[in-house]
Amino acid sequence: MNPHRVVVVGYGMAAARFAEQVRARDPHGDRISLTVLGAERRPAYNRILLSNAISGRLPLDTVLLHRPGWGQQHAVDVRTGVSVLRIDRAGRQVLLDEHSVLEFDTLVLAIGSQPFLPPVDGLRAPDGSLARGVRTFRTLDDCQRIIESAASGTPVAVLGGGLLGLETARGLASRGNRVTVVHAVNRLMDRQLDQPAGAMLAEVLSDHGLTLRLDQLAVRYRPGVGLELADGELVPAGLVVVTTGVRSRTGLARRAGLAVRHGIIVDDELRTSDPNIRAIGDCAEHNGVTTGLVDPAWAQAEVLADLITDAGPTARYRDTPTVTRLKARDVELVALGDTQVAVDASDAEVLCLHDPSGGRYGKLVVRDDRVAGAILIGLPDAGATISQFYDRSLPVPADRLALLLGRVLPELPSRADPGGLPDDEVVCRCNTVTKRQLVDAWRGHDPSLSGLVTATRATTGCNGCRSAVHRIAEWLSGGPVAGPVAPATREGQERSDPVPTPMPNPTPNPMSTAILHPVAD
Amino acid sequence: MDDQSRGVATHCPYCALQCGMTVHIGPKPEIAPRPFPTSGGGLCRKGWTAAELLTSPNRLTTPLMRENGALRPVGWDDALDFVASRIAEIQATHGKDAVAVFGGGGLTNEKAYALGKFARVALGTSQIDYNGRFCMSSAAGAGIKAFGLDRGLPFPVTDLADADTIMLVGANVAETMPPFVQHVRGAAQRGGLIVIDPRRTATAELATLHLQPAPGTDLALAIGLLHLAVVDGFLDQPYVAERTTGFDAVWRIVAAWWPERVERVTGVSVADQRACVRMLAAARSAFLLTGRGTEQHADGTATVSAWINLCLALGMPGRMGAGYGCLTGQGNGQGGREHGQKADQLPGYRKIDDPAARAAVAAVWGIDAAELPGPGRSAYELLDALGTPEGSRALLVFGSNVAVSAPRAGHVVDRLAALDLLVVADIVLSETAALADVVLPVTQWAEEDGTMTNLEGRILLRRKALPPRVGVRGDLEVLRGLATRLGQPAERFPIEPEQVFAEIGRASAGAPADYSGIDYDRLRAGDALHWPVPGRESIGTPRMFLDRFAHSDGLARFVPVDFQGPAEQPDAEYPLYATTGRILAHYQSGAQTRLIPELAAAAPEGFVEVHPDTAARMGLADGDLAEVVSRRGTVLARVHCVTSLRHDLVFLPFHFPGDQRANLITNPALDPTSRMPEFKTCAVRLIPARVSADLASSVTSQMKVTGTVDTDR
Repeated sequence: MNPHRVVVVGYGMAAARFAEQVRARDPHGDRISLTVLGAERRPAYNRILLSNAISGRLPLDTVLLHRPGWGQQHAVDVRTGVSVLRIDRAGRQVLLDEHSVLEFDTLVLAIGSQPFLPPVDGLRAPDGSLARGVRTFRTLDDCQRIIESAASGTPVAVLGGGLLGLETARGLASRGNRVTVVHAVNRLMDRQLDQPAGAMLAEVLSDHGLTLRLDQLAVRYRPGVGLELADGELVPAGLVVVTTGVRSRTGLARRAGLAVRHGIIVDDELRTSDPNIRAIGDCAEHNGVTTGLVDPAWAQAEVLADLITDAGPTARYRDTPTVTRLKARDVELVALGDTQVAVDASDAEVLCLHDPSGGRYGKLVVRDDRVAGAILIGLPDAGATISQFYDRSLPVPADRLALLLGRVLPELPSRADPGGLPDDEVVCRCNTVTKRQLVDAWRGHDPSLSGLVTATRATTGCNGCRSAVHRIAEWLSGGPVAGPVAPATREGQERSDPVPTPMPNPTPNPMSTAILHPVAD
Repeated sequence: MDDQSRGVATHCPYCALQCGMTVHIGPKPEIAPRPFPTSGGGLCRKGWTAAELLTSPNRLTTPLMRENGALRPVGWDDALDFVASRIAEIQATHGKDAVAVFGGGGLTNEKAYALGKFARVALGTSQIDYNGRFCMSSAAGAGIKAFGLDRGLPFPVTDLADADTIMLVGANVAETMPPFVQHVRGAAQRGGLIVIDPRRTATAELATLHLQPAPGTDLALAIGLLHLAVVDGFLDQPYVAERTTGFDAVWRIVAAWWPERVERVTGVSVADQRACVRMLAAARSAFLLTGRGTEQHADGTATVSAWINLCLALGMPGRMGAGYGCLTGQGNGQGGREHGQKADQLPGYRKIDDPAARAAVAAVWGIDAAELPGPGRSAYELLDALGTPEGSRALLVFGSNVAVSAPRAGHVVDRLAALDLLVVADIVLSETAALADVVLPVTQWAEEDGTMTNLEGRILLRRKALPPRVGVRGDLEVLRGLATRLGQPAERFPIEPEQVFAEIGRASAGAPADYSGIDYDRLRAGDALHWPVPGRESIGTPRMFLDRFAHSDGLARFVPVDFQGPAEQPDAEYPLYATTGRILAHYQSGAQTRLIPELAAAAPEGFVEVHPDTAARMGLADGDLAEVVSRRGTVLARVHCVTSLRHDLVFLPFHFPGDQRANLITNPALDPTSRMPEFKTCAVRLIPARVSADLASSVTSQMKVTGTVDTDR
């Protein structure tokens, strides 16, 4: 039986993952012959890492997902620098630009998205290409050109204060550029954040050296000079990086007569309106949504690999919950779900914590005992924990505030005064000796430190509790008690400085104690 | 010889720390701590009370044979004659592999060696494995892949004292080997103790930084930390270039695990990931140590490989004052895996399918290499096949309590019931022994000499302190008794431990775990000998890999591994993760420690730790009786509400018998390399118990031995 011929148009993160997943299920190509057509002249690379590359933290070649030669090693016909002119659906073939054709049994469109350019004068050259000094940020080539144009100290304007814009701005700022972010809406990341969160983020980013121009339309770019804003201000910029969103690439599909709205419309099996053609990743629209994110793209790649290899014929793609993470050093931001809910909303519980001087903001929206939305700035633990509750739709804890604060904080009895320890507190863990046993031993046995040790074996394990036992002895005697607790000769114990007791000592919490103590008390 | 008034210097019978202790002989033997580097003169509660088992009324003192459904005392000759004749019959009809052997990581080196030799030579069976498969096998597999050789800690444990940073991954040492805590205290004082555990354990409470990954996601975390190490500029490029190979292939996988993605999968915040990498990378001296929590998964070997990859990227292994190590659990978990109880190995850590290894061992054993069987089934696969047409029909168990300790224990008990013959050698009537056709009472710690290899690969002499209880025999004597009845020459199975140890030296000479330079006299003199010890003049190898790793090119290997997730995920029907582990008062299946009144009183019954919110949702409160239900079985347990626990996680200790066996619910999904079962993650639901039960008294009613033992089978 001839293998089923699969042609993949596109060689980005979705396509690369799809090819890997097909080969994981059909390692030698017995069932599936695979051809991958990439328009760029290099193997697939990890777009997510480009913001690291722009900040200069990673050499560019480390972002490659595949080494050159990956295709040969995995029985995949990888062709780079190849574009598809047209799809011949009736003939089940694609026309390549060198006027050759390629036949397929199944065609997979993984052609991604392209940057959207707002209608601002001067961004395009007369021939329609980008004007000198203007860059979008999508490809590795873009990244390279931005790095080349942004010599240290060069003023840069970033047009668009969404996720990608802010990550780019932070990356460039850490290279030593003066960066101004121009955003048309009155708050940053307006799709994900509410007003106070946007304001907080603006504050934090300003503190980190970014200049922000919010609620400002750019009207004209003057090459080499700067960006003119609607209010007449001129933002100096040797380079403008345009990050005003992306649009799915749909032209090829549209010309072939496939159903297209924002993206190429697919069902749960990633099937387009032509059953022989599938689409995954940024170019695909599922349930009315084009995500532009890698997690759904990879989930789609896995489902499609299951279906095409017949390894999982019942696999279906379901919408994946979206969690937005700003990948910028020193700025911890998580946004998920429905965040534009007023604090006094009647149909949801909304918790809100606003700490302007600490640069922290937390908002938690709970509906039907589940996380419905959240924004967390400067609260990394809460961000990580709430994402888990949201992703898995787990019932939220009874103590909502504890969830918003991020860590479960046990109540701490006073350690300074042994009298404050509960009687059943274990003082010596190695030998499970409680305060009560020590007290009883003191009273019923031998009121001395060595008597306590003999009677209870406290301190004879790891010896970590010796100062606690000593304090209890002093507390019981009402005065100083002689002697270190050293029941057995200890090799390798030249460090004999006082040892803190192994007692609950929660990891440092970013929240100030001023907020915590009223809860614990 | 030993001065009786001062007692006998020996080591603890329990975990791999092998704390130094002195046994004082009297009507009631007593224990005192003794200075020793691993324990620093400390003992935990188990160590202090260890002598009580020597005089326990529950000790077996006569062989037992099943007659009309009940176990009844018989003489040694009758028992051994019966076992040997049944073995002969079964093998004559069904072939050599119809008889299987199951060993333990608590056996001395001499017993482990003799057991492997007995299986391969006297029984001629390939079917031998041991409970260490359930313990250290994933770390061992990953260590061999990376370094070419596996020794739990390739450095003395005292090297930890000066570390700036120590990262403990899935290791709750404050409960499982308490005196070990002194070795990490320096790092803790310097603000450099990192603990990775889904639970806020006693060990986590000592930590500077505690990361709590979702159960079953350690592999993603390890991969993610390597990603961050590279992106944040901590890759030790000269070390990677000079001492390793394979980084590039690993990076292609690791590159796809950026920290925000790792946070989403593991629940560990990017900030904590970054702090963790910085603490490891910026330390002058840093160690990463793994325990069962990260190893006992169906992807356990891959997970350990990922931790080792992180260490290699940071240039830690094979350097003074830095490194990777696995914290061996069982008393002789290290030695037990080196001397031939493992299905695929021969003594000296030799591979059974290596012709040169076969020839070397066969020559020592005085047989033709062609007579040696090949590799057999791994532990769970061996148990799972028992009594089936493909599997063995008879099983000999030494030093293991599989009815409690194996995964999916209910099924394992069914397999034991399907056997034609079950023989168990033990010191007490363990749950497994209670199912046997023949029970052979054997000597224990302090009643016999023997060597142990501790967690740092140091060989120790555990000395005989008192005569054995009347009626019991040493395992070596039992094996000789069976071997001779099966036609073997008696001299092939010596019963003096020192003589057996000398044979281990010959059988391991030139092998990876080379003991040929060790003898009892050197051990009696107190020599600190870490293997390999390739000759009398060798002082051993306290620190391995300083010049080269054990692969033929001397380089360590980065091993490309990717994250898939646990074999079983929570769903609507089984919405919680369950994980299992140990508590301080008990050891392993609890067969020994449950018989010690002080320990039994400290932890009398099985329990399940659960977050109070989760308990309340299930209609349960602290102290209630609950059923923990998985696809494989149901455990009865007392609810302990713990506020620091994740809402989606419950924890059960695995030391309890009967309906309280945590392993009734665990998942026997196996690691592809180590064949380690997935003990640490499975999906469960929690419901109020539908029966009332007195858990504590059903624990203590087990294993009471009187003249006749009526145990239904």
